[in-house]
Amino acid sequence: MILFILKRIGYAAPVALGVSLVCFLLVHLAPGDPLSAILPVDATAEMQAQMRSAYGFDKPLPVQYGLWLWKILHGDLGTSIATGRPVLSEVGRAVGNSLILASMATLIGFTFGTFFGFVAGYARDSWLDRVASAIAVFGVSVPHYWLGIVLVIVFSATLGWLPPTGAGPQGSGNWVPDIEHLRYILLPAITMSVIPMGVISRTVRALVGDILHQDFVQALRAKGLSEFGVFRHVVKNAAPTAIAIMGLQLGYLLGGSILIETVFAWPGTGFLLNAAIFQRDLPLLQGTILVLAMFFVSLNLLVDVVQTALDPRIERA
Amino acid sequence: MNAPLRPSDAATAGISDALIEVRDLTVDFLGGRKPVRAVGGVDFTIRAGEALALLGESGSGKSVTLRALMRLLPESRTRIGGHLRVDGHDVLALKPRALSAYRGGTVAMIFQDPGLALDPVYRIGDQIAEAVIRHEGVSRAAGRARALELFERVHIPSPARRLDAYPHELSGGMRQRAMIALALACRPKVLLADEPTTALDATVQIQILLLLRELQRDLGLAVIFVTHDVGVAVQVADRVAVMYGGHLVEVGASGEVIGSPAHPYTQGLLASRITPDSPRGVRLPTIPGSPPDLADPPPGCPFEPRCGLVVPDCRSGLPARVAVAPGHAARCVRLGAAA
Repeated sequence: MILFILKRIGYAAPVALGVSLVCFLLVHLAPGDPLSAILPVDATAEMQAQMRSAYGFDKPLPVQYGLWLWKILHGDLGTSIATGRPVLSEVGRAVGNSLILASMATLIGFTFGTFFGFVAGYARDSWLDRVASAIAVFGVSVPHYWLGIVLVIVFSATLGWLPPTGAGPQGSGNWVPDIEHLRYILLPAITMSVIPMGVISRTVRALVGDILHQDFVQALRAKGLSEFGVFRHVVKNAAPTAIAIMGLQLGYLLGGSILIETVFAWPGTGFLLNAAIFQRDLPLLQGTILVLAMFFVSLNLLVDVVQTALDPRIERA
Repeated sequence: MNAPLRPSDAATAGISDALIEVRDLTVDFLGGRKPVRAVGGVDFTIRAGEALALLGESGSGKSVTLRALMRLLPESRTRIGGHLRVDGHDVLALKPRALSAYRGGTVAMIFQDPGLALDPVYRIGDQIAEAVIRHEGVSRAAGRARALELFERVHIPSPARRLDAYPHELSGGMRQRAMIALALACRPKVLLADEPTTALDATVQIQILLLLRELQRDLGLAVIFVTHDVGVAVQVADRVAVMYGGHLVEVGASGEVIGSPAHPYTQGLLASRITPDSPRGVRLPTIPGSPPDLADPPPGCPFEPRCGLVVPDCRSGLPARVAVAPGHAARCVRLGAAA
């Protein structure tokens, strides 16, 4: 198992390198000059060239990439052009906030998704299945920013139960686990959770339906197991796939929450990306995308390892 | 043959030493536009230590009969009628708790494809131990010890190591041996085998059949063996029951049914197999037509549309069971006329 994990990490390294190259190039392919945002309109050509060399934009692309990579390996993601603060600390704080939100949403989504999925899978083609499936389809197809706005109107504006925006009282940017902060995370987390809820519920429904039709379930009943005993076998058979889907969903939520974070003014990566794009803050943009991508790579790694530990049929060598 | 033969027609259904008594068993599959009568009134009895082969083609109702004996058919979509008595249990009336004690404890089943019938994500030893723990309330260690004992009993080489294997790590024959060990885990009196050799290689088939025969004799098991292979039926069974279109068309001692088949379907079945003295270069005879649509069965004898020996009486209801010899009976109107 240890050997398998080491090997799997070995496979992840070239992937990570490739991802870093794509991150780097993607931003350079985008039109517009990042310096025009911070230089005065009447800056001389000389001044422009000076700034260009200060940020290293005058060197050939491969050299820029090499330098950028070298710095990253030393923990330096550069300096934000807009704020002048180190990119690493900006991204770090945002990643923390997004991670909390995404984990919370995945937790809610996974709990309800597996519940609805099992109900629908067990009661296939009954009205229960139809209700659970309708909820799942609603989850994957409703526009999330719209759902967010509706929730804000209902629970904040009308009922006044929950705060509409921000991550904590007085615009607190650092989330801590207490009751007050929990109130702030509830609405965005619920809004976000409908995606994984729908996806996981559909997956689990199909899985459970499939497993229940397999011969071994009949064989389990034939050896005298109770329905609960059979259920335990079904869960263990469904778990590897369900967990893989959950891991991927967590990854998607981390990167794809720009709309929701903007609606709720949640100071996470989506919010940061949004700001970086509009301010043409190249180092910040690159840094954020890279961190997110690396996160995805490690998440895949983790999912693979967990899946292998759960399912003996996956080759460990 | 070790067991004395008894007529098993309706007249003898009440014999007291019957371990399994099936009377007028019907199984309907609901849920379609029309209910499908998969089994249309089957009667047989089996005594302890006796092996019966249910012989028939796909869709003849043999597997469904077997599953009805364990109530393994999905309850919401099937209706089982008639009378099922196994070792004193009224099977159709068992409450959930008694039913799960009955399954595995009194009656156990081996499935066609052991690769599909074992849970892929549990170790085989644990799957056997699980059944023992469930039925006898023993510790996990005791369950594993029983599993080891059973592995030795079914001749699995290096049994201790194999207990920790997952199903996909064993060969097909080994998996079927493990499946048999699992079935025997809680000392059942009846073993139901649903085409247990169909998914195996020819060389492995014979080993499994010999093992089953050995276990049946040593443990005094009553065995019902479902198969579509005449050769297998003769090899393992004292008696053969031929099924067609959801009905038992002929029952009798293996040698008699194969030696002097009374029903035209059995005759056709036997004529269409290859024997050592089949002439070379000549096409094997086949039975023309295809099995009846069970949602819309023929009014009389189920075999009437394909039978070469039809008389007008064939269409007027299911033929009665006629004894052709002691312990040998068939459902064919021509036999009644001749008798």
